[in-house]
Amino acid sequence: MKFIIAIIKPFKVDEVREALGAIGVAGMTVTEVKGFGRQKGQTEIYRGAEYSTNMLPKVKLEIAASDALAAQVVETIQQAASTSSIGDGKIFVLDLASATRIRTGETGDTAL
Amino acid sequence: MIRKILRGVTVLGTAMFAATAAFAQDAATAAAPTVDKGDTAWMMTSTVLVLMMIVPGLALFYGGLARTKNMLSVMTQVGAVAALTMLVWVGWGYAEAFGDGGNAFIASFSKAFLNGVTPATTSATFTQGVAIPEYVFVCFQMTFAAITVALVLGSVVERMKFSAVMVFAVLWLTLAYFPIAHMVWAGNGLFFTKGALDFAGGTVVHINSGVAALVACLILGKRIGYGTEIMAPHSLTMTGIGTGLLWVGWFGFNAGSALEANGSAALAMINTFVGTAAAGLAWMLAERLAGHKPSALGFCSGIVAGLVAVTPAAGNSGPLGAIGLCFLTAFVCYFAVTKLKHMFGYDDALDTFGIHGVGGMCGAMGTGVVYSAALGGPAGDSWMGMGAQLLVQGETVLTTIAWTAVATAISIYVAKAITGLRVSSDVEREGLDLGEHGERAYNY
Repeated sequence: MKFIIAIIKPFKVDEVREALGAIGVAGMTVTEVKGFGRQKGQTEIYRGAEYSTNMLPKVKLEIAASDALAAQVVETIQQAASTSSIGDGKIFVLDLASATRIRTGETGDTAL
Repeated sequence: MIRKILRGVTVLGTAMFAATAAFAQDAATAAAPTVDKGDTAWMMTSTVLVLMMIVPGLALFYGGLARTKNMLSVMTQVGAVAALTMLVWVGWGYAEAFGDGGNAFIASFSKAFLNGVTPATTSATFTQGVAIPEYVFVCFQMTFAAITVALVLGSVVERMKFSAVMVFAVLWLTLAYFPIAHMVWAGNGLFFTKGALDFAGGTVVHINSGVAALVACLILGKRIGYGTEIMAPHSLTMTGIGTGLLWVGWFGFNAGSALEANGSAALAMINTFVGTAAAGLAWMLAERLAGHKPSALGFCSGIVAGLVAVTPAAGNSGPLGAIGLCFLTAFVCYFAVTKLKHMFGYDDALDTFGIHGVGGMCGAMGTGVVYSAALGGPAGDSWMGMGAQLLVQGETVLTTIAWTAVATAISIYVAKAITGLRVSSDVEREGLDLGEHGERAYNY
Protein backbone atom coordinates (compact mmCIF):
# COMPACT_ATOMS: atom_id res chain seq x y z
CA MET A 1 0.00 0.00 0.00
CA LYS A 2 1.07 3.54 -0.71
CA PHE A 3 0.24 6.81 1.04
CA ILE A 4 0.03 9.63 -1.47
CA ILE A 5 0.31 13.26 -0.40
CA ALA A 6 -0.43 15.87 -3.05
CA ILE A 7 -0.12 19.64 -2.64
CA ILE A 8 -2.20 21.35 -5.31
CA LYS A 9 -3.76 24.68 -6.22
CA PRO A 10 -7.03 25.23 -4.33
CA PHE A 11 -9.16 25.77 -7.41
CA LYS A 12 -8.06 22.37 -8.80
CA VAL A 13 -9.59 20.35 -5.97
CA ASP A 14 -12.89 19.49 -7.66
CA GLU A 15 -11.25 18.51 -10.94
CA VAL A 16 -8.79 16.22 -9.18
CA ARG A 17 -11.53 14.68 -7.07
CA GLU A 18 -13.64 13.87 -10.14
CA ALA A 19 -10.70 12.40 -12.02
CA LEU A 20 -9.74 10.23 -9.03
CA GLY A 21 -13.35 9.10 -8.59
CA ALA A 22 -13.33 7.93 -12.21
CA ILE A 23 -10.37 5.58 -11.63
CA GLY A 24 -11.90 4.11 -8.48
CA VAL A 25 -10.39 6.08 -5.60
CA ALA A 26 -12.97 5.69 -2.83
CA GLY A 27 -11.87 8.41 -0.40
CA MET A 28 -9.39 11.07 0.47
CA THR A 29 -8.63 13.66 3.15
CA VAL A 30 -8.44 17.32 2.14
CA THR A 31 -6.76 20.05 4.19
CA GLU A 32 -6.30 23.75 3.49
CA VAL A 33 -2.62 24.51 3.98
CA LYS A 34 -0.09 27.27 3.39
CA GLY A 35 3.41 26.92 2.10
CA PHE A 36 5.99 28.10 -0.35
CA GLY A 37 8.02 26.74 -3.20
CA ARG A 38 9.26 28.43 -6.31
CA GLN A 39 6.14 30.53 -6.76
CA LYS A 40 6.52 34.13 -5.61
CA GLY A 41 4.56 35.32 -2.54
CA GLN A 42 2.31 38.35 -2.20
CA THR A 43 2.76 41.80 -0.69
CA GLU A 44 -0.01 43.28 1.38
CA ILE A 45 -0.05 46.92 2.48
CA TYR A 46 -2.27 48.41 5.18
CA ARG A 47 -1.92 52.16 5.82
CA GLY A 48 1.73 52.09 4.82
CA ALA A 49 2.64 48.93 6.76
CA GLU A 50 3.90 46.42 4.22
CA TYR A 51 3.73 42.71 4.88
CA SER A 52 5.32 40.25 2.46
CA THR A 53 3.77 36.85 2.70
CA ASN A 54 5.86 34.00 1.29
CA MET A 55 3.21 31.52 2.26
CA LEU A 56 0.58 30.86 -0.34
CA PRO A 57 -2.67 28.99 0.20
CA LYS A 58 -2.67 25.43 -1.16
CA VAL A 59 -4.72 22.30 -0.65
CA LYS A 60 -3.20 19.07 0.65
CA LEU A 61 -4.76 15.76 -0.46
CA GLU A 62 -4.01 12.55 1.41
CA ILE A 63 -4.91 9.29 -0.28
CA ALA A 64 -4.20 5.71 0.71
CA ALA A 65 -4.07 3.42 -2.35
CA SER A 66 -3.29 -0.21 -3.09
CA ASP A 67 0.06 -0.89 -4.75
CA ALA A 68 -1.79 -1.70 -7.98
CA LEU A 69 -3.60 1.63 -8.11
CA ALA A 70 -0.89 3.95 -6.72
CA ALA A 71 0.91 4.77 -9.96
CA GLN A 72 -2.38 5.53 -11.72
CA VAL A 73 -3.43 7.82 -8.84
CA VAL A 74 -0.21 9.80 -9.10
CA GLU A 75 -0.57 10.13 -12.87
CA THR A 76 -4.22 11.20 -12.58
CA ILE A 77 -3.47 13.86 -9.99
CA GLN A 78 -0.55 15.13 -12.02
CA GLN A 79 -2.70 15.54 -15.13
CA ALA A 80 -5.81 16.94 -13.43
CA ALA A 81 -3.96 19.42 -11.21
CA SER A 82 -1.60 20.78 -13.84
CA THR A 83 -1.89 24.28 -15.26
CA SER A 84 1.67 24.13 -16.64
CA SER A 85 2.74 27.08 -14.49
CA ILE A 86 4.82 27.35 -11.34
CA GLY A 87 2.90 26.81 -8.12
CA ASP A 88 1.02 23.76 -9.39
CA GLY A 89 2.34 21.75 -6.46
CA LYS A 90 3.98 18.42 -5.71
CA ILE A 91 3.03 14.77 -5.22
CA PHE A 92 4.78 12.61 -2.63
CA VAL A 93 4.44 8.83 -2.31
CA LEU A 94 5.23 6.98 0.91
CA ASP A 95 5.10 3.30 1.80
CA LEU A 96 2.12 2.58 4.00
CA ALA A 97 2.65 -0.01 6.75
CA SER A 98 -0.97 -0.77 7.54
CA ALA A 99 -4.56 0.40 7.23
CA THR A 100 -7.51 -0.45 9.49
CA ARG A 101 -11.18 0.28 8.96
CA ILE A 102 -12.46 1.42 12.34
CA ARG A 103 -16.05 0.19 11.89
CA THR A 104 -15.22 -3.44 11.00
CA GLY A 105 -11.63 -3.95 12.03
CA GLU A 106 -10.68 -5.01 8.46
CA THR A 107 -7.04 -4.43 7.60
CA GLY A 108 -4.87 -4.10 4.47
CA ASP A 109 -6.24 -3.38 0.96
CA THR A 110 -9.79 -4.28 2.00
CA ALA A 111 -9.77 -1.42 4.50
CA LEU A 112 -9.07 1.17 1.80
CA MET B 1 -24.42 88.02 11.42
CA ILE B 2 -21.72 85.59 12.19
CA ARG B 3 -23.11 82.17 12.86
CA LYS B 4 -21.69 80.81 16.06
CA ILE B 5 -22.33 77.75 18.04
CA LEU B 6 -24.11 78.74 21.16
CA ARG B 7 -24.81 76.01 23.57
CA GLY B 8 -25.67 78.13 26.55
CA VAL B 9 -28.61 76.80 28.41
CA THR B 10 -31.53 78.76 29.64
CA VAL B 11 -34.37 77.86 31.90
CA LEU B 12 -37.93 78.56 30.95
CA GLY B 13 -38.91 82.08 31.78
CA THR B 14 -35.41 83.36 32.57
CA ALA B 15 -33.19 85.63 30.58
CA MET B 16 -31.60 84.14 27.49
CA PHE B 17 -28.02 84.86 26.63
CA ALA B 18 -26.86 85.12 23.06
CA ALA B 19 -23.39 85.86 21.75
CA THR B 20 -21.72 86.33 18.42
CA ALA B 21 -18.09 86.68 17.48
CA ALA B 22 -18.49 90.31 16.55
CA PHE B 23 -20.64 91.48 19.35
CA ALA B 24 -22.32 90.15 22.39
CA GLN B 25 -25.74 91.15 23.35
CA ASP B 26 -27.86 90.38 26.30
CA ALA B 27 -31.41 90.05 25.25
CA ALA B 28 -33.77 89.73 28.09
CA THR B 29 -36.82 87.99 26.81
CA ALA B 30 -39.88 88.19 28.88
CA ALA B 31 -41.70 85.61 26.78
CA ALA B 32 -40.86 81.91 27.13
CA PRO B 33 -38.81 80.52 24.19
CA THR B 34 -40.73 78.45 21.68
CA VAL B 35 -40.06 74.74 21.56
CA ASP B 36 -40.61 73.58 18.00
CA LYS B 37 -41.70 69.96 17.58
CA GLY B 38 -39.82 69.64 14.29
CA ASP B 39 -36.56 70.80 15.88
CA THR B 40 -37.10 68.52 18.83
CA ALA B 41 -37.79 65.49 16.64
CA TRP B 42 -34.70 66.20 14.55
CA MET B 43 -32.49 66.58 17.61
CA MET B 44 -33.78 63.33 19.09
CA THR B 45 -33.03 61.61 15.79
CA SER B 46 -29.57 63.17 15.63
CA THR B 47 -28.83 62.01 19.14
CA VAL B 48 -29.52 58.36 18.41
CA LEU B 49 -27.61 58.66 15.11
CA VAL B 50 -24.53 59.63 17.13
CA LEU B 51 -25.11 56.63 19.39
CA MET B 52 -25.14 54.47 16.25
CA MET B 53 -21.73 55.90 15.37
CA ILE B 54 -20.38 54.38 18.59
CA VAL B 55 -22.21 51.07 18.77
CA PRO B 56 -21.93 49.45 16.40
CA GLY B 57 -20.16 51.99 14.11
CA LEU B 58 -16.88 52.73 15.87
CA ALA B 59 -16.85 49.32 17.56
CA LEU B 60 -16.88 47.58 14.17
CA PHE B 61 -14.57 50.10 12.49
CA TYR B 62 -11.95 49.69 15.21
CA GLY B 63 -12.65 46.00 15.79
CA GLY B 64 -12.05 45.10 12.16
CA LEU B 65 -8.68 46.88 12.24
CA ALA B 66 -7.52 44.85 15.25
CA ARG B 67 -6.29 41.28 15.13
CA THR B 68 -8.71 38.36 15.48
CA LYS B 69 -7.60 37.65 19.04
CA ASN B 70 -8.49 41.20 20.16
CA MET B 71 -11.78 41.80 18.33
CA LEU B 72 -14.01 41.44 21.38
CA SER B 73 -11.76 43.48 23.64
CA VAL B 74 -11.92 46.40 21.21
CA MET B 75 -15.70 46.20 20.88
CA THR B 76 -16.14 45.78 24.63
CA GLN B 77 -13.87 48.69 25.48
CA VAL B 78 -15.68 50.98 23.06
CA GLY B 79 -19.12 49.96 24.31
CA ALA B 80 -18.20 50.01 27.98
CA VAL B 81 -16.57 53.45 28.02
CA ALA B 82 -19.55 54.83 26.11
CA ALA B 83 -21.90 53.40 28.73
CA LEU B 84 -19.70 54.67 31.54
CA THR B 85 -19.66 58.14 29.96
CA MET B 86 -23.44 58.26 30.03
CA LEU B 87 -23.48 57.73 33.79
CA VAL B 88 -20.64 60.19 34.40
CA TRP B 89 -22.42 62.70 32.19
CA VAL B 90 -25.54 62.57 34.34
CA GLY B 91 -23.41 62.69 37.49
CA TRP B 92 -21.21 65.70 36.81
CA GLY B 93 -20.28 65.84 33.11
CA TYR B 94 -23.20 67.94 31.93
CA ALA B 95 -22.87 70.19 34.96
CA GLU B 96 -19.13 70.65 34.40
CA ALA B 97 -19.42 71.39 30.68
CA PHE B 98 -22.78 73.10 30.24
CA GLY B 99 -24.04 73.98 33.71
CA ASP B 100 -24.80 77.51 34.81
CA GLY B 101 -22.10 80.07 35.53
CA GLY B 102 -18.58 78.94 36.28
CA ASN B 103 -15.56 80.43 34.56
CA ALA B 104 -13.87 80.26 31.16
CA PHE B 105 -12.69 76.68 31.81
CA ILE B 106 -15.54 74.87 33.54
CA ALA B 107 -19.12 75.58 34.53
CA SER B 108 -20.30 75.61 38.11
CA PHE B 109 -21.43 72.22 39.28
CA SER B 110 -24.89 73.47 40.22
CA LYS B 111 -26.50 71.05 37.75
CA ALA B 112 -24.69 68.00 39.11
CA PHE B 113 -26.91 64.90 38.91
CA LEU B 114 -29.06 66.96 36.55
CA ASN B 115 -30.25 69.07 39.42
CA GLY B 116 -33.00 71.38 38.21
CA VAL B 117 -33.38 69.78 34.79
CA THR B 118 -37.00 68.86 34.12
CA PRO B 119 -39.17 68.12 31.07
CA ALA B 120 -40.15 71.80 31.19
CA THR B 121 -36.63 73.29 31.09
CA THR B 122 -35.14 74.21 27.73
CA SER B 123 -31.81 74.86 26.02
CA ALA B 124 -31.24 77.77 23.68
CA THR B 125 -30.60 77.22 19.98
CA PHE B 126 -29.02 79.73 17.59
CA THR B 127 -32.30 81.38 16.86
CA GLN B 128 -33.39 83.78 19.51
CA GLY B 129 -36.61 82.68 21.11
CA VAL B 130 -36.35 79.11 19.79
CA ALA B 131 -35.35 76.36 22.18
CA ILE B 132 -35.25 72.59 22.51
CA PRO B 133 -36.09 70.57 25.62
CA GLU B 134 -33.06 70.51 27.91
CA TYR B 135 -33.19 66.73 28.23
CA VAL B 136 -32.69 66.45 24.48
CA PHE B 137 -29.67 68.75 24.65
CA VAL B 138 -28.31 66.76 27.61
CA CYS B 139 -28.63 63.51 25.62
CA PHE B 140 -27.21 64.98 22.40
CA GLN B 141 -24.10 66.28 24.15
CA MET B 142 -23.82 63.06 26.14
CA THR B 143 -23.29 61.07 22.95
CA PHE B 144 -20.48 63.45 21.91
CA ALA B 145 -18.63 62.85 25.16
CA ALA B 146 -19.17 59.10 24.79
CA ILE B 147 -17.75 58.84 21.27
CA THR B 148 -14.77 61.07 22.06
CA VAL B 149 -13.43 58.94 24.88
CA ALA B 150 -14.09 55.80 22.81
CA LEU B 151 -12.05 57.31 19.96
CA VAL B 152 -9.02 57.72 22.22
CA LEU B 153 -8.89 53.95 22.76
CA GLY B 154 -7.90 53.40 19.13
CA SER B 155 -4.22 53.99 19.91
CA VAL B 156 -4.01 51.77 23.01
CA VAL B 157 -5.98 48.70 21.98
CA GLU B 158 -4.50 45.19 22.03
CA ARG B 159 -2.48 45.87 25.21
CA MET B 160 -4.29 48.13 27.71
CA LYS B 161 -6.17 46.47 30.57
CA PHE B 162 -9.94 46.74 30.59
CA SER B 163 -9.86 48.04 34.17
CA ALA B 164 -7.28 50.65 33.17
CA VAL B 165 -9.48 51.76 30.29
CA MET B 166 -12.41 52.33 32.64
CA VAL B 167 -10.38 54.31 35.20
CA PHE B 168 -8.74 56.33 32.44
CA ALA B 169 -12.12 57.15 30.88
CA VAL B 170 -13.57 58.69 34.06
CA LEU B 171 -10.46 60.77 34.70
CA TRP B 172 -9.96 61.87 31.15
CA LEU B 173 -13.56 62.97 30.68
CA THR B 174 -13.35 65.02 33.86
CA LEU B 175 -9.95 66.57 33.21
CA ALA B 176 -9.96 66.91 29.42
CA TYR B 177 -13.31 66.47 27.69
CA PHE B 178 -15.70 68.39 29.92
CA PRO B 179 -13.44 71.46 30.29
CA ILE B 180 -12.66 71.64 26.57
CA ALA B 181 -16.33 71.18 25.64
CA HIS B 182 -17.07 74.08 28.00
CA MET B 183 -14.30 76.23 26.55
CA VAL B 184 -15.50 75.73 22.97
CA TRP B 185 -19.27 75.68 23.31
CA ALA B 186 -20.44 77.35 26.50
CA GLY B 187 -21.41 81.02 26.31
CA ASN B 188 -18.65 81.97 28.78
CA GLY B 189 -16.08 79.44 27.48
CA LEU B 190 -12.52 80.53 26.74
CA PHE B 191 -12.51 79.78 23.01
CA PHE B 192 -16.14 80.70 22.49
CA THR B 193 -15.67 84.22 23.75
CA LYS B 194 -12.63 84.64 21.48
CA GLY B 195 -14.80 83.74 18.49
CA ALA B 196 -13.32 80.33 17.63
CA LEU B 197 -15.22 78.47 14.91
CA ASP B 198 -16.03 74.85 15.66
CA PHE B 199 -19.39 73.81 14.34
CA ALA B 200 -19.67 70.21 15.51
CA GLY B 201 -16.60 69.55 17.62
CA GLY B 202 -13.42 69.33 15.53
CA THR B 203 -11.50 70.67 18.52
CA VAL B 204 -13.52 69.10 21.30
CA VAL B 205 -13.87 65.66 19.75
CA HIS B 206 -11.11 65.13 17.21
CA ILE B 207 -8.05 67.16 18.23
CA ASN B 208 -8.86 66.28 21.81
CA SER B 209 -9.14 62.53 21.23
CA GLY B 210 -6.32 62.42 18.69
CA VAL B 211 -3.74 64.14 20.88
CA ALA B 212 -4.88 62.12 23.90
CA ALA B 213 -4.44 58.96 21.84
CA LEU B 214 -0.86 59.95 20.95
CA VAL B 215 0.11 60.77 24.53
CA ALA B 216 -1.57 57.60 25.83
CA CYS B 217 0.17 55.29 23.36
CA LEU B 218 3.55 56.93 24.05
CA ILE B 219 3.20 56.29 27.79
CA LEU B 220 1.79 52.79 27.29
CA GLY B 221 4.47 51.70 24.84
CA LYS B 222 4.36 49.60 21.72
CA ARG B 223 2.61 46.30 21.28
CA ILE B 224 4.82 43.22 21.52
CA GLY B 225 6.04 42.45 18.03
CA TYR B 226 5.23 45.89 16.60
CA GLY B 227 7.25 46.37 13.45
CA THR B 228 8.33 42.74 13.24
CA GLU B 229 5.14 40.68 13.33
CA ILE B 230 2.24 40.90 10.93
CA MET B 231 -0.46 43.09 12.45
CA ALA B 232 -2.79 43.27 9.49
CA PRO B 233 -6.45 44.15 10.11
CA HIS B 234 -8.40 40.96 10.76
CA SER B 235 -11.56 42.01 8.92
CA LEU B 236 -11.72 44.96 6.57
CA THR B 237 -15.30 43.88 5.93
CA MET B 238 -16.17 44.85 9.51
CA THR B 239 -14.17 48.06 9.11
CA GLY B 240 -16.12 48.83 5.95
CA ILE B 241 -19.45 48.29 7.71
CA GLY B 242 -18.26 50.47 10.57
CA THR B 243 -17.21 53.19 8.13
CA GLY B 244 -20.69 53.23 6.60
CA LEU B 245 -22.35 53.45 9.99
CA LEU B 246 -19.99 56.28 10.98
CA TRP B 247 -20.77 58.23 7.84
CA VAL B 248 -24.53 57.87 8.21
CA GLY B 249 -24.38 58.61 11.94
CA TRP B 250 -22.22 61.67 11.30
CA PHE B 251 -25.23 63.47 9.83
CA GLY B 252 -26.64 63.46 13.34
CA PHE B 253 -23.30 64.66 14.62
CA ASN B 254 -22.84 67.51 12.12
CA ALA B 255 -26.30 68.51 10.97
CA GLY B 256 -27.58 67.93 14.50
CA SER B 257 -25.08 70.48 15.76
CA ALA B 258 -27.24 73.18 14.18
CA LEU B 259 -29.61 72.36 17.08
CA GLU B 260 -32.54 73.09 14.77
CA ALA B 261 -33.98 71.55 11.61
CA ASN B 262 -33.17 74.52 9.38
CA GLY B 263 -30.92 75.86 6.62
CA SER B 264 -27.80 75.66 8.77
CA ALA B 265 -28.46 71.96 9.35
CA ALA B 266 -28.99 71.56 5.61
CA LEU B 267 -25.62 73.22 4.91
CA ALA B 268 -23.95 70.89 7.40
CA MET B 269 -25.69 67.99 5.71
CA ILE B 270 -24.50 68.65 2.18
CA ASN B 271 -20.97 69.33 3.43
CA THR B 272 -21.00 66.01 5.28
CA PHE B 273 -21.88 64.34 1.99
CA VAL B 274 -19.54 66.01 -0.46
CA GLY B 275 -16.53 66.82 1.73
CA THR B 276 -16.43 63.21 2.89
CA ALA B 277 -16.79 61.90 -0.64
CA ALA B 278 -13.85 64.03 -1.80
CA ALA B 279 -11.66 62.76 1.03
CA GLY B 280 -12.46 59.09 0.37
CA LEU B 281 -11.36 59.45 -3.23
CA ALA B 282 -8.40 61.67 -2.33
CA TRP B 283 -6.91 59.02 -0.02
CA MET B 284 -7.04 56.43 -2.81
CA LEU B 285 -5.50 58.97 -5.16
CA ALA B 286 -2.69 59.51 -2.66
CA GLU B 287 -2.11 55.75 -2.65
CA ARG B 288 -1.90 55.71 -6.43
CA LEU B 289 0.51 58.64 -6.46
CA ALA B 290 2.68 56.78 -3.92
CA GLY B 291 2.81 53.83 -6.31
CA HIS B 292 0.34 51.55 -4.55
CA LYS B 293 -3.07 50.13 -5.36
CA PRO B 294 -6.17 52.10 -4.35
CA SER B 295 -7.26 50.12 -1.30
CA ALA B 296 -10.46 49.40 0.60
CA LEU B 297 -8.81 50.48 3.84
CA GLY B 298 -7.59 53.61 2.07
CA PHE B 299 -11.14 54.45 1.06
CA CYS B 300 -12.40 53.89 4.62
CA SER B 301 -9.52 55.93 6.07
CA GLY B 302 -10.22 58.77 3.64
CA ILE B 303 -13.91 58.76 4.51
CA VAL B 304 -13.16 59.09 8.22
CA ALA B 305 -10.48 61.74 7.61
CA GLY B 306 -13.01 63.70 5.57
CA LEU B 307 -15.66 63.38 8.27
CA VAL B 308 -13.15 64.63 10.82
CA ALA B 309 -12.12 67.60 8.68
CA VAL B 310 -15.67 68.62 7.84
CA THR B 311 -16.78 68.51 11.49
CA PRO B 312 -15.70 72.05 12.48
CA ALA B 313 -16.52 73.33 9.01
CA ALA B 314 -19.92 71.65 8.56
CA GLY B 315 -22.08 74.74 9.01
CA ASN B 316 -19.15 77.14 8.52
CA SER B 317 -18.34 76.43 4.87
CA GLY B 318 -19.91 76.28 1.46
CA PRO B 319 -19.97 72.88 -0.28
CA LEU B 320 -17.01 73.72 -2.52
CA GLY B 321 -14.98 74.93 0.44
CA ALA B 322 -15.76 71.68 2.24
CA ILE B 323 -14.70 69.62 -0.77
CA GLY B 324 -11.38 71.46 -0.99
CA LEU B 325 -10.73 71.26 2.75
CA CYS B 326 -11.50 67.54 2.97
CA PHE B 327 -9.58 66.71 -0.19
CA LEU B 328 -6.40 68.33 1.17
CA THR B 329 -6.90 66.90 4.65
CA ALA B 330 -6.99 63.36 3.24
CA PHE B 331 -3.52 63.89 1.75
CA VAL B 332 -2.14 65.26 5.03
CA CYS B 333 -3.64 62.39 7.00
CA TYR B 334 -2.31 59.90 4.47
CA PHE B 335 1.16 61.28 5.09
CA ALA B 336 0.68 61.24 8.88
CA VAL B 337 -0.50 57.63 8.92
CA THR B 338 1.81 56.06 6.36
CA LYS B 339 4.98 58.10 6.84
CA LEU B 340 5.04 60.22 10.00
CA LYS B 341 4.07 57.33 12.27
CA HIS B 342 6.82 55.10 10.92
CA MET B 343 9.37 57.93 11.04
CA PHE B 344 8.81 58.42 14.77
CA GLY B 345 7.99 54.81 15.51
CA TYR B 346 5.10 55.33 17.97
CA ASP B 347 2.49 52.59 18.03
CA ASP B 348 -0.78 54.43 17.44
CA ALA B 349 -2.42 51.09 16.76
CA LEU B 350 -5.51 52.18 14.83
CA ASP B 351 -4.23 55.64 13.81
CA THR B 352 -6.41 57.76 16.06
CA PHE B 353 -3.77 60.51 16.14
CA GLY B 354 -2.97 60.27 12.43
CA ILE B 355 -6.60 60.64 11.40
CA HIS B 356 -8.49 62.35 14.24
CA GLY B 357 -5.66 64.44 15.65
CA VAL B 358 -4.03 65.54 12.40
CA GLY B 359 -7.34 65.67 10.51
CA GLY B 360 -8.88 67.67 13.34
CA MET B 361 -6.07 70.23 13.20
CA CYS B 362 -6.43 70.55 9.42
CA GLY B 363 -10.17 70.98 9.86
CA ALA B 364 -9.84 73.58 12.61
CA MET B 365 -7.39 75.72 10.65
CA GLY B 366 -9.13 75.15 7.33
CA THR B 367 -12.44 76.27 8.80
CA GLY B 368 -10.88 79.69 9.35
CA VAL B 369 -10.28 79.81 5.60
CA VAL B 370 -13.39 78.26 4.06
CA TYR B 371 -15.61 80.36 6.35
CA SER B 372 -14.84 83.31 4.08
CA ALA B 373 -17.71 84.48 1.92
CA ALA B 374 -15.23 84.82 -0.96
CA LEU B 375 -14.83 81.03 -0.85
CA GLY B 376 -18.56 80.39 -0.55
CA GLY B 377 -18.64 80.32 3.22
CA PRO B 378 -21.34 81.87 5.39
CA ALA B 379 -19.20 84.72 6.87
CA GLY B 380 -21.03 88.00 7.15
CA ASP B 381 -19.80 91.58 6.93
CA SER B 382 -19.00 91.68 10.61
CA TRP B 383 -16.50 88.80 10.34
CA MET B 384 -13.12 89.47 11.96
CA GLY B 385 -11.39 88.43 8.70
CA MET B 386 -9.33 85.43 7.71
CA GLY B 387 -6.07 86.49 9.32
CA ALA B 388 -7.63 87.24 12.67
CA GLN B 389 -9.78 84.13 12.50
CA LEU B 390 -6.76 81.92 11.76
CA LEU B 391 -4.98 83.37 14.79
CA VAL B 392 -7.96 82.51 16.97
CA GLN B 393 -8.18 79.02 15.44
CA GLY B 394 -4.45 78.45 15.94
CA GLU B 395 -4.61 79.63 19.52
CA THR B 396 -7.54 77.29 20.14
CA VAL B 397 -5.74 74.33 18.58
CA LEU B 398 -2.51 74.89 20.55
CA THR B 399 -4.34 75.43 23.82
CA THR B 400 -6.36 72.26 23.26
CA ILE B 401 -3.22 70.26 22.45
CA ALA B 402 -1.45 71.45 25.58
CA TRP B 403 -4.47 71.01 27.82
CA THR B 404 -5.37 67.52 26.65
CA ALA B 405 -1.74 66.32 26.64
CA VAL B 406 -1.35 67.21 30.31
CA ALA B 407 -4.80 65.89 31.26
CA THR B 408 -4.14 62.63 29.41
CA ALA B 409 -0.75 62.10 31.05
CA ILE B 410 -2.29 62.59 34.49
CA SER B 411 -5.19 60.24 33.67
CA ILE B 412 -2.96 57.50 32.30
CA TYR B 413 -0.48 57.63 35.20
CA VAL B 414 -3.27 57.51 37.77
CA ALA B 415 -4.84 54.57 35.89
CA LYS B 416 -1.42 52.92 35.94
CA ALA B 417 -1.06 53.38 39.68
CA ILE B 418 -4.48 51.85 40.30
CA THR B 419 -4.63 49.05 37.73
CA GLY B 420 -1.13 48.44 36.37
CA LEU B 421 -2.25 49.79 32.97
CA ARG B 422 -0.93 47.06 30.70
CA VAL B 423 -1.84 43.39 30.41
CA SER B 424 0.86 40.77 31.02
CA SER B 425 2.93 39.72 28.02
CA ASP B 426 1.26 36.29 28.12
CA VAL B 427 -2.20 37.84 27.86
CA GLU B 428 -1.02 40.18 25.13
CA ARG B 429 0.33 37.28 23.08
CA GLU B 430 -2.73 35.13 23.63
CA GLY B 431 -5.05 38.03 22.92
CA LEU B 432 -7.15 40.24 25.16
CA ASP B 433 -10.37 38.46 24.19
CA LEU B 434 -9.40 35.38 26.16
CA GLY B 435 -7.13 37.07 28.68
CA GLU B 436 -9.40 39.95 29.67
CA HIS B 437 -12.89 38.74 28.80
CA GLY B 438 -12.74 34.93 28.67
CA GLU B 439 -14.25 34.69 25.19
CA ARG B 440 -13.31 34.30 21.56
CA ALA B 441 -14.83 36.44 18.81
CA TYR B 442 -15.08 33.57 16.39
CA ASN B 443 -15.70 29.91 17.17
CA TYR B 444 -15.54 27.72 14.15
